[in-house]
Amino acid sequence: MSERTRRRLVVVQVLILSLVVTLAGRLWQLQVGSGDRYARAATDNLVREVVVPAIRGLILDSAGRPLVANRTTMVVSVDRSVLDRQPDRGAAVLVRLARLLRVDQAELANRIRLCRPGVGRPCWNGSPYRPVPVATDVDKRVALQVLERAEDYPGITAQLELVRDYPRPAGANAAHLLGYLGPVTEAEAAHSDALGLRDLIGRAGLERRYDRYLRGTSGTRYVAVDHLGRVVRTLRETPQIPGSHLVTTIDARVQRVAEQALREAMHRARTTPDYKDRLFKGDSGAVVVLDVTDGSIIAMASWPTYDPADWVGGISAAEYRYLTSAKAGYPLVGQAFQGGAPPGSTFKPISAAGAAKAGYNLNAGYGCTSSFQVGDREFKNFDSLAYGPISVAYALQVSCDTVFYRIAYDMWIKDGGYRPVDHPKDPMFAMAREFGFGKRTGVDLPNESPGRVPDRAWKLAYWQATKDELCRRAKTGYPELARTDPARAAFLTRFAAESCTQGYQLHVYDAINFSIGQGDLMLTPLQLARAYAAIANGGTLWRPRIGKAIIGPDGKVIKKLAPQKTGRVGVPPSDLRYIREALVGTALNGTARGVFSGWPLDEYPVGSKTGTAEVFGKQPRSWFAAFGPDNKPRYAIVMTVSQGGTGSGTSGPSVRKIFEALLGLGEYQQAVIADGPPTALPKMRRDGSFAPPARRGGR
Amino acid sequence: MTDLGYLMRREFRPRSLAPARRIAVLARLDWVLLAAVLLLASVGSLLVWSATRVRLERAGEPTDQFLQRHLFTVALGLVLCALTARLDYRRLRGGAPVIYGISLIGLLLVLSPLGVTVNGSDSWIRVAGQSIQPSELAKLALVIMLAVVLAGLRFGNRKGPPSRDDVLKALALAAVPVGLVILQPDLGTVMVIAVIVVAMILISGASMHWVVALGALAALGAVAVAQLHLLSQYQLNRFAAFTNPALDPQGAGYNANQARIAIGSGGLFGTGLFEGTQTSGQFVPEQHTDFIFTVAGEELGFVGAGAIIVLLGILLWRACRIALRTTDNLAALLAGGIAVWIGFQIFENIGMTLGIMPIAGLPLPFVSYGGTAMFANLAAIGILQSIHLRRREVPAATTRS
Repeated sequence: MSERTRRRLVVVQVLILSLVVTLAGRLWQLQVGSGDRYARAATDNLVREVVVPAIRGLILDSAGRPLVANRTTMVVSVDRSVLDRQPDRGAAVLVRLARLLRVDQAELANRIRLCRPGVGRPCWNGSPYRPVPVATDVDKRVALQVLERAEDYPGITAQLELVRDYPRPAGANAAHLLGYLGPVTEAEAAHSDALGLRDLIGRAGLERRYDRYLRGTSGTRYVAVDHLGRVVRTLRETPQIPGSHLVTTIDARVQRVAEQALREAMHRARTTPDYKDRLFKGDSGAVVVLDVTDGSIIAMASWPTYDPADWVGGISAAEYRYLTSAKAGYPLVGQAFQGGAPPGSTFKPISAAGAAKAGYNLNAGYGCTSSFQVGDREFKNFDSLAYGPISVAYALQVSCDTVFYRIAYDMWIKDGGYRPVDHPKDPMFAMAREFGFGKRTGVDLPNESPGRVPDRAWKLAYWQATKDELCRRAKTGYPELARTDPARAAFLTRFAAESCTQGYQLHVYDAINFSIGQGDLMLTPLQLARAYAAIANGGTLWRPRIGKAIIGPDGKVIKKLAPQKTGRVGVPPSDLRYIREALVGTALNGTARGVFSGWPLDEYPVGSKTGTAEVFGKQPRSWFAAFGPDNKPRYAIVMTVSQGGTGSGTSGPSVRKIFEALLGLGEYQQAVIADGPPTALPKMRRDGSFAPPARRGGR
Repeated sequence: MTDLGYLMRREFRPRSLAPARRIAVLARLDWVLLAAVLLLASVGSLLVWSATRVRLERAGEPTDQFLQRHLFTVALGLVLCALTARLDYRRLRGGAPVIYGISLIGLLLVLSPLGVTVNGSDSWIRVAGQSIQPSELAKLALVIMLAVVLAGLRFGNRKGPPSRDDVLKALALAAVPVGLVILQPDLGTVMVIAVIVVAMILISGASMHWVVALGALAALGAVAVAQLHLLSQYQLNRFAAFTNPALDPQGAGYNANQARIAIGSGGLFGTGLFEGTQTSGQFVPEQHTDFIFTVAGEELGFVGAGAIIVLLGILLWRACRIALRTTDNLAALLAGGIAVWIGFQIFENIGMTLGIMPIAGLPLPFVSYGGTAMFANLAAIGILQSIHLRRREVPAATTRS
């Protein structure tokens, strides 16, 4: 061996041994120098905070039947933070999981992506650190595969969870009342101490309105985990506190009857031809059954509807598109309290009350001509029938428009016409306000529509908001429309010119239209039902309510949600009685005679009013409002079907059916709620189920 | 090309030892080296057990399944070590082309459908239920081949440094396995081979120009690899995470971060064997193979992990000592090459767990679980012992130039 080789070997030896010394030095630095820091990091590695979701309270009907309950289901969730740690960011795992769950791979990937501007549904709206549930009601064998082959499914967990269950007592759906749940957003969790990132909260309906009672308080469990997030052992735990139960005023059987009746009305509309011989579209509808004595909602339904169970475990993209599509008629909207529409002739009792208050003698004779001329326009009576001079009572029964035109025109002239006096009385508009229109009823459901009373103040505000555009159009016209429809373009230009200068005015046509519930007036079916309840109960406006009581998880009543009076309509009792009796006559010799043919009116007198509201560009809307079933009315029922035809033809028979069910007439062998809605609350049994409330004999 | 005629000449036939001399031979072994190896293998077995028992228990398998297999590997490796020690290392002159050829076939098989992809790299082949990692074998084969070529093919000591042709021949012989390993791709092995080649050319006494040129070439190659996107994304991520592990603690930097947490949390005395929370929680991936040192770091602390480094240091010192004490060029190159190979692999492996080297898939010699590496390492120890036993058999007259 050469000396050179020897020298170089020595160099190599020194290099190698210096590497060893380097390692030892670095080891010292890491373990002894910063050991404490790494020890803390090691603890963070090990301890996970697991939220133990609270058991959500039940939603019960007035007899203790659960409308919303809970059930256990196997849920498969994906933990994004573990997936991201995979070399391919979890792509292979998702492919395997999609195959295992037999779902579309792209849909699965979409469901776990985070919602951001520009990202469409489906996406994950909850916390990025929370496992995203991707499948519910998973087969046990599939769940076992995920659990046993954790190496193949890192970040995927399968566990039993409680989800909402909809037992549909008596077949009731009640989707728009009950609502649904959705994951908490990060922003919401950040603003609330009570909300954890894993929680679900009510997103609509009663689930949202009473969320803080139903939700309970979730517990926390600190667990030691391994690198795949598998729990090794529990370190400590704060238990969950179950949510409270909500007892509602809904009666599941009446709800079922109302839903069925509404569906029949929709069907009736869709099989009936209009005057152009097209079938009515019947695109939406609603029904409300109110207890007139305290404003309790016994049943309330809207069409189109949906199955609230679709929301369990996250809604699919296709389903969500359907629920929010115009083509499906926006099934998520509760038409009964969120849909406003002109009420047509069902508004006339309020007009009559306004006339009485303004000093018009209701018993005097008013000319029911076939048409009424104002300026250059002729307002026709419905069906152009003429009855000669008649009382307001008879005008209500036969629904004579011209009688109300006459009175409304007279009022408008008295208020100064186009040169209004300082403080115009506008008695009919004022009476609409008296009955709570143009304002939310305060029902315990979120996103209620206030409707609209198109009085002078509204006209002015609306004109101020639109006049710039109208004045521009008055000058430029509608050239884009003129090419295809010059007549309409000319009309619109004339209208724009007129509105630009005089749009703030209460036009004579506005006043006349308003008297028969047409024009810009918008009411929800619930508002109208409450107004009829006030007519029936002698003038008290109740706040409609669904929540009746909150019962704790231990069965103790935590809170009674008492009925609330929101005011009295300023109409003398004698006038109200006059209107009430007039409406009872509608079934005897008015527009509802056909609806109530064969009905035992002597025993069960029912007050009713039909309505057929004209809607520009659409088929007329059917309305039917009624109260009964006797001289001391208990229920007010309102039904409407959009593009549904006449009130008596489409909605009337269905309202009659609901009365039959309530009384045990017709096809019903016995009354659905024989003694009226219960006053007592259902009682919790030992096993957590509920017994119907105790009944006091007779009513 | 190779003159194998010398093998036939009787006087150069290596002699097997006479029975009477066998005891004496045992006494002449490098016992310090052997003791270091045995201690490392013992500690390694405990660490493998600790790293695998929780996983096995969870899978419902016997918790000592990996331990048993590992002990069997060690036993088999020690037999191999004894056989190699008994064999005259000079016989490697003839065997080198065969060993080299076998290792190339192994590397080719890895790229064939027989190869198994683990962690993005085709480093394994499966034969009769056994996983073989040919790149571990290739490193030993290359050391032998380079030693034979650089020492001069003929028996006896060449006087001067290797000729230009010899160096070029050596480079060509190294280029083939490097190319195959790059195809796997196994960056760690490429690094080790590059270091072996440069170091052995240095030891051979070749002109420093070669060393400087090769060093520059290696640096250039590294730049080219990065620039020409010859690396897959995950490898680039690993390197990016090496420069800044906090960059992506859940992704590419995960291994580096978790390894450092496990070792750092061990402190001075560690949690005690089988008591490590990070180890039983399996936070560090590949913990019984490439990241075995993290088990020592967490459970045995600075005292235990430091002891392992000291043992490895002793082992390397003895290897260098054997290289320096021999008078034979071939022996010096063999022993030096083995020392550089094992030394650099130790530095890379432990260095990556300590965050001073990039993450690469290399086992820790004598400690990690894995048959091929253990066999190659123990065979290398056998060669060292063989050199040590025969250090006086080369005629003194030819030892000095």
